[in-house]
Amino acid sequence: MEALILTIIATSIPLLLAATGELIAEKSGVLNLGVEGMMLSGAVGALGAVLWLENPYYGIIAGALSGILMASIFSLFTINFMTNQVATGLGLTIFATGLTGLAGAPLVGKTIPSLPKIEIFLLSDIPLIGSILFKQDFVAYLSIGIIIFISFFLKYSKSGIILRAVGDDHQSAHSVGYPVKKIRWYTTCFGGMCAGIGGAYIPLVLTPHWSEGMTAGRGWIALALVVFASWIPWRIIVGALIFGGITIAQLVGQARGWPIPSQLLSMMPYIATIIALTMISGRLSKNNSVVPSSLGKPFFGSQ
Amino acid sequence: MIKFCMRIFSLIAFSISVLFFVISNAFAGSPTKVGFVYLTTPGDHGWTYAHELGKQMVEKRFGKDVKVSVVENVPEGPDATRVIRELAKQGNEIIFTTSFGYMEPTLKVAKEFPNVKFEHITGYKRSKNVATGNIRFYEGRYIQGVVAGLMTKTNKIGYIGAYPIAEVIMGINAFAQGLKSVNKDASISVIWANTWYDPVKEADAAKVHIAEGADVLAQHTDSPAMLQIAEKNGAMGFGQSTDMSAFAPKAQLFASINNWGPYYIKKIEELRNGKWNTGDGPNHWPGNVWGGIKSDMLVISKFQNMPANVAQKAQEALDGIKTGKINIFAGPLIDNTGKEIIPAGKALDDGALWGMNYYLQGVNGKVPG
Repeated sequence: MEALILTIIATSIPLLLAATGELIAEKSGVLNLGVEGMMLSGAVGALGAVLWLENPYYGIIAGALSGILMASIFSLFTINFMTNQVATGLGLTIFATGLTGLAGAPLVGKTIPSLPKIEIFLLSDIPLIGSILFKQDFVAYLSIGIIIFISFFLKYSKSGIILRAVGDDHQSAHSVGYPVKKIRWYTTCFGGMCAGIGGAYIPLVLTPHWSEGMTAGRGWIALALVVFASWIPWRIIVGALIFGGITIAQLVGQARGWPIPSQLLSMMPYIATIIALTMISGRLSKNNSVVPSSLGKPFFGSQ
Repeated sequence: MIKFCMRIFSLIAFSISVLFFVISNAFAGSPTKVGFVYLTTPGDHGWTYAHELGKQMVEKRFGKDVKVSVVENVPEGPDATRVIRELAKQGNEIIFTTSFGYMEPTLKVAKEFPNVKFEHITGYKRSKNVATGNIRFYEGRYIQGVVAGLMTKTNKIGYIGAYPIAEVIMGINAFAQGLKSVNKDASISVIWANTWYDPVKEADAAKVHIAEGADVLAQHTDSPAMLQIAEKNGAMGFGQSTDMSAFAPKAQLFASINNWGPYYIKKIEELRNGKWNTGDGPNHWPGNVWGGIKSDMLVISKFQNMPANVAQKAQEALDGIKTGKINIFAGPLIDNTGKEIIPAGKALDDGALWGMNYYLQGVNGKVPG
């Protein structure tokens, strides 16, 4: 049981990180559909860096930088050149899929060392809870740290309120004098960083080698998670664990011989996404305040 | 005048060189053009890499007498049709399409190019100019079963399958037969990955197997992820398609290695001698070439990470298959619901293997679908 819970947590972390980053971007009004692409770049960047420098921690940094690089491309087009965000995001994912395939070709078949687990003194000795909560790798702690940080940041800090203002009504925010474009550059790059680290987690912890398109749709699930969480940070943790849980549950079901077709079980995470989307959109018609009002709209102001 | 002479001279020189080129080519005999279609980039492990090694053997054997073209990373589907057609247009005389999913595209293009020979790997449909080739992978899995049965302490074996098709199911059943021959208490749990290659999913499946108590893992998918997870968690496993001990030096017990080279060489030789044919087996039987351990198309790597007595038992199984003393699917065969498949004294033939849609005793659960 303990091993299963650990596997579920490990599966959830890339989703958790990518969704958190996307949440911040969306809160400021940027809809970046390039999450999948940014995760892939993070994965290939991390692998390359670890093969080169032989220390898994550099992989986290490289993953973050690769994600930021991809996000900068997106920002440049959507914020400065004011292109359509949906089209640009899709384009970014397609571009990154090809680019990472090319960059990853020499990495095929190479293995890297995994991120070590960090045990927290004494706490990690508590039975069950200890090994689940206090015997994780650095990125796992980091992702929880980021969630706690942005929860408070969005709610209580002045910068967080400005960020939300930009996402809710960029014209007003602009007229009050806030630099809409600059803020969106920051949030998009933060999103890219989180997605990059999330992508890096896949080769660093889950399976230590490269294969083309190895994120296998996790970026899209992360996008759905943001909606599932109705833009509230802590709910992403719940959502990510549910998605991770379903992914693993279908494998457990097969191993234990539950009489459910494996193809149906493989579908479950995606069905859950659709149900979540339907439920949320049902709620949206009643209460519109959940979605950042300027989400996906380009800002034509001067800065 | 001098200019005119120069022109005449250069014209003559040019004609002579062309003539010489043509003659020298005619005497040397033009090289046989051979095309290969790969599912992925070869990398350095797994299915496509095994084909790459076969291709290298072809080049080594024929040298200048063949001209090999390879297209990598060809998805199964409409893209494959385009790629295969392109290879045929470029004048390749024989084209090897190296994945199950190229079956229909190969047949389609073969119809358009009746003079080109096609060899489809692991398929079951043939036509006048499409032959099929396959390896008896299940023979290696029987030996895996023997080793797993002797090595397991928990009596739980975790198996990761790609798709529930006959080829994979006969592998699971052969594994079960090997397992049963040494250990009646052990059983196999199967997780279907529904993909040939997805390291993350294969790794997740391996983790789940281990969490459920399995201590020996087997796979019919292509990445080394399962072995790496086994290595990390102190479990054991078997390499797939190529030797994967580099990925899991402590976990790999042995690997079943696909050796396509001799088959490629034989078929190209036949083509050059004008003797190429598609065999005469019934149409649903895969392959005029279906070789195994005996014909060296399936090679077993060295037995490692196991005590000497286990290695000895494994060697006995290997020798038994090689000499024909062991018939893996000899009766009495009983499926895992208790139904008799074939009585004692009889054995399943090749056609029956390709109709397998049941698990034999020793495997848990039910074949999906």
